[in-house]
Amino acid sequence: MADFLQTLIIAITLGSLYALIALGYTMVYGVLKLINFAHSDVVVLGAWLSMTVAVFLLPRIGVTGATWWAGGLVLILAMLLCGAIGFAIERLAYKPIRGAPRLNALITAIGVSLFLQNFGQLQFTLIPNERVVASGALQERGQDPRTIRLAETVSIESEQKYAVRLFKNSAPEGATPQTRNIVAAAGTYEAGRDIAIDGGVGRADTRDARYEIVRIAAGAPLKLPFGAMPAGMPVLFNDRPVWEHVFVSETEHGRLEKPVRITLLDLTIVGTAVALLVGLQILVFNTRVGTAMRAVSYNMETAALMGIPVDRIVSMTFVLGAALAAAAGFLFAVKYTQIQQPAHATWVLLGLKAFVAAVVGGIGNIRGATLGGFLIAFIEQFGAYAGLQVGWANASAYTDVFVFVLLIVVLLVKPTGIFGTTVREKV
Amino acid sequence: MQTLDYAIPGTRPTQPGWVTFVPPLAVLMLALLMHYCVPFLGAYAERIMTDMAIAMIAAMSLTIVNGFTGQFSIGHAAFMALGGYTAAWCSYYFCLRYWGQTAVVPGTLFGTHQLILLCCALIGGAVAAGAGWVVGLPSLRLRGDYLAIVTLGFGEILRVLFQQTNSQALSKPELANRPLFGSDPTNPGWVFPPGVGGSLGFTDIPKSTNLFLCYLLVGLTFLFAYRLKFSSLGRALLSIREDEIAAEAMGVNVTRLKVRAFMFAAFFAGIAGTLYAHQSGTTLRPIDSGFIRSFDIVIMVVLGGLGSISGALLAAVIITGVTAALLGLTDYGLLPYRMPVFALVLILMMIFRPKGLFGVHEIWDYLPQFGRKGAK
Repeated sequence: MADFLQTLIIAITLGSLYALIALGYTMVYGVLKLINFAHSDVVVLGAWLSMTVAVFLLPRIGVTGATWWAGGLVLILAMLLCGAIGFAIERLAYKPIRGAPRLNALITAIGVSLFLQNFGQLQFTLIPNERVVASGALQERGQDPRTIRLAETVSIESEQKYAVRLFKNSAPEGATPQTRNIVAAAGTYEAGRDIAIDGGVGRADTRDARYEIVRIAAGAPLKLPFGAMPAGMPVLFNDRPVWEHVFVSETEHGRLEKPVRITLLDLTIVGTAVALLVGLQILVFNTRVGTAMRAVSYNMETAALMGIPVDRIVSMTFVLGAALAAAAGFLFAVKYTQIQQPAHATWVLLGLKAFVAAVVGGIGNIRGATLGGFLIAFIEQFGAYAGLQVGWANASAYTDVFVFVLLIVVLLVKPTGIFGTTVREKV
Repeated sequence: MQTLDYAIPGTRPTQPGWVTFVPPLAVLMLALLMHYCVPFLGAYAERIMTDMAIAMIAAMSLTIVNGFTGQFSIGHAAFMALGGYTAAWCSYYFCLRYWGQTAVVPGTLFGTHQLILLCCALIGGAVAAGAGWVVGLPSLRLRGDYLAIVTLGFGEILRVLFQQTNSQALSKPELANRPLFGSDPTNPGWVFPPGVGGSLGFTDIPKSTNLFLCYLLVGLTFLFAYRLKFSSLGRALLSIREDEIAAEAMGVNVTRLKVRAFMFAAFFAGIAGTLYAHQSGTTLRPIDSGFIRSFDIVIMVVLGGLGSISGALLAAVIITGVTAALLGLTDYGLLPYRMPVFALVLILMMIFRPKGLFGVHEIWDYLPQFGRKGAK
């Protein structure tokens, strides 16, 4: 019973994430008949952007720890940024090839996906958190090896905010410089004066070596929101359990206690996802923009003849899909705090499963994608659960296999998916 | 003797009988030439030329399905890995059983190990083709986009399955003590689940790939693809690519031909995978079937021109060469920029030259003296 409930909780949490991502696939497919391969990379962008915002922005506005609105702020910023990126992707890559054959669109989508994956592995610092305020040659150091003779005037407000970087001439190009703290009271130090540093200059070859005094700002440097290494998502939500029940069972090995928890984090994830799903439903089915979207998806040319601005609606669809993807990426990063590098198999599988969810629900159908997302999560989680129950110890390693078996079965039995309608192809 | 001229590109009106033997002999000569000349350029050049040959076979095989038939498969590395794993399993355990070791005399032109490699390549290719049939049948009945997703998924699934395989038996006595079946970690079977190293990778595979075999197989793949392209089967495939509905109306059995093209492609991918597995210094890893390698091959085919065999060859040479050059120039740190640039080239190519460098034509169609109808 305990395992069953725990599996149920995980399945619902994961299902809401899959549904959010699947919506992006299905909306873009609906209007453009294009599988947006880059969608899973927008999810990655969402995760990395929210991490960057959380690490870079929150300390600067004085937010530390798990404040409830900090998570919301990060989520909204990540959605806005990803929406903008989705808009750029559509305008720069997909719009020029809109009339082209399907294969070309598919290749372009793969190209965009490859670009995001691999560009994201490069490291750029967009805004450094330190600024050089003075530099000079180490030759000019003072009598005491623990001092540096200043070549420029430096005014120091607080010694904690400043550091000295020592660049030895024997170190290879690009090596990380040694860092020393400044031991000096606040005040202005004229050029030619000595300034004390802790640890000293050491036995560095001082002839061509140089130093830099840098001012360090609070918070981390703003790096390109990607990286070749995994990064940790800071804690944004309080992960305390809101419901807990301990199941006790008697086995041959004695009493076995298995606790089942629903944490606040799980509730937040499901709540956010459901709110977004409902919001999208209202947007698509109850507003003028939504009507226009459905019209474009039904027939693009006729919609254009009826005065619907097709380009704007298509862009809007991409922006919405990217924003939902960003939300999914954010929630995924909050749940599994280790954010993998952009080309990691985790992301590819996440995107693939969401796409399978869209196909299973009937691609192009918004309610189908939601249902498909939950269905996929239930199949993979309960497949592993059932495997364990019948004594298949390794079943949880095969969750991805269950999903793709489901895809193959659906493709064989009802290729249009559960809610899909058959489209007659005409010559 | 042919007497009729059907005005089909690639066929000549009449030709003497001995002409039939010219292409295979040319292939043989090329392979011998490569085998005896490239070693003078050093071990690094030899390595790169082998890599190029493997990339060329993979690119040509993908051309059959992506280029000729217009069905977009993006999980080609999965078939390579499947063929490679199968062939390596066969040759490794064969060598271990009969000789107790897997060492190969380097520099041999065609010894026992090369014969084993050829047989294993056939087995690996056949298994890959069988997998192609299983994957292709459900997805090729539908529109092309589904194939892309299913092949991508197939690669990832295969990766998971390879990770769950048993550890490999490292010596003859160990092999003798092992059961055939079972996945007990203390005494795992070696036949099923196959003992191919799990997530640690499959090592100590006989290093029997040599330049002779590589270029022999490159030549044979080229001849196959070229003959296919200008055969009636090939024209049927091209018609599917141009317009599926029209092709069906003309009596082409679309699904069956798509699946057949897909199986041809998987077969040659399996052969490329076999050569890769038996290359010196290779550890076969589950990640080899993942999407990263697949996309490399897709880029080659799209850049060369969808349907151009020589274009795919050229692109394979260029991309492998560029990668090797960037690897050699590590001081400049250019390697990370390789894939972003290739991806941009892919997008720009689709916008400005959607058919790739050579389109469906071959390189020599663009030369004035060979220029054929339709080529510009």
